[in-house]
Amino acid sequence: MPDTPFWEDIEVGHELPTIVKRPSTRQLVKYAGASGDFYEVHYDKDFAVEIGLPGLIVHGALKNAYLGQVVTGWMGPDGVLRKLSVRYRGTDVPGDDLTCSGRVTKVYEQDGAHLVDCALTLQNSQGEQTTTGTATVQLPTKGG
Amino acid sequence: MAEEKSLSPEARRALTERDIPPAVMDIERGHVRRFAEAIGDDSDRWADVAPPTFLRAMLSELPSAPELEAFPQMLDGGSDWEYGEPVRVGDTITAVTRFASVNQRNIGVGPAVFLQIETRYTNQRGDWVATQKNTLIRY
Repeated sequence: MPDTPFWEDIEVGHELPTIVKRPSTRQLVKYAGASGDFYEVHYDKDFAVEIGLPGLIVHGALKNAYLGQVVTGWMGPDGVLRKLSVRYRGTDVPGDDLTCSGRVTKVYEQDGAHLVDCALTLQNSQGEQTTTGTATVQLPTKGG
Repeated sequence: MAEEKSLSPEARRALTERDIPPAVMDIERGHVRRFAEAIGDDSDRWADVAPPTFLRAMLSELPSAPELEAFPQMLDGGSDWEYGEPVRVGDTITAVTRFASVNQRNIGVGPAVFLQIETRYTNQRGDWVATQKNTLIRY
């Protein structure tokens, strides 16, 4: 597991390590079971087509989890996730490569806490940003 | 094409004033592990603590709303999470949900209802662990 970065060492523009996900239909079924979201558009292709979708689509909340992983993986065991927001701007299909990345946009102190804001994006293999988001993380300082 | 459908102001008010019974869930190690597997996150961080979107699993407990029967299909618009105390294996989490706002707007496929669903989660000690504001689009 990577160590937690110190707040003093983080600058605006710092890139969080990118994660590439390729959710299979099987993965969507696992997510449906684990999250309790059994909406048929995620595993019943006939249903999805019947309501006008081109096919199965990836759960929005799974993309939310992917962007959460970008942040929690980077901040390590001693970072604390304070906020996580996502907006779904397009649907994604199973089998596509989804590139999940993050970038530091603000480094600041608030009420004694040492915080970092990040902008998050999830991009499909066509280069479209189908999900965007933000996160706020509290990091430790060298002084402890 | 489909007939024009709409949600009356009374139905909108009934939704925002509805008392939704709290949902209660024990945080089980196996469930947290299956959730981490399902999102493809193999960090050992999730051996004792739930991943940040884990509490989403409690939203599926929402009661059906008869007012929304004319809008059977759903789109998730996004979520805003804020976090307090961590959610640990062994905790018992209570989720209190309300429809913070209900609005009707037209989208590409016709009339749609935009629901702001706000859920506040606390643990067995009464500590605040998270709040989720979820935008759900029904059409």
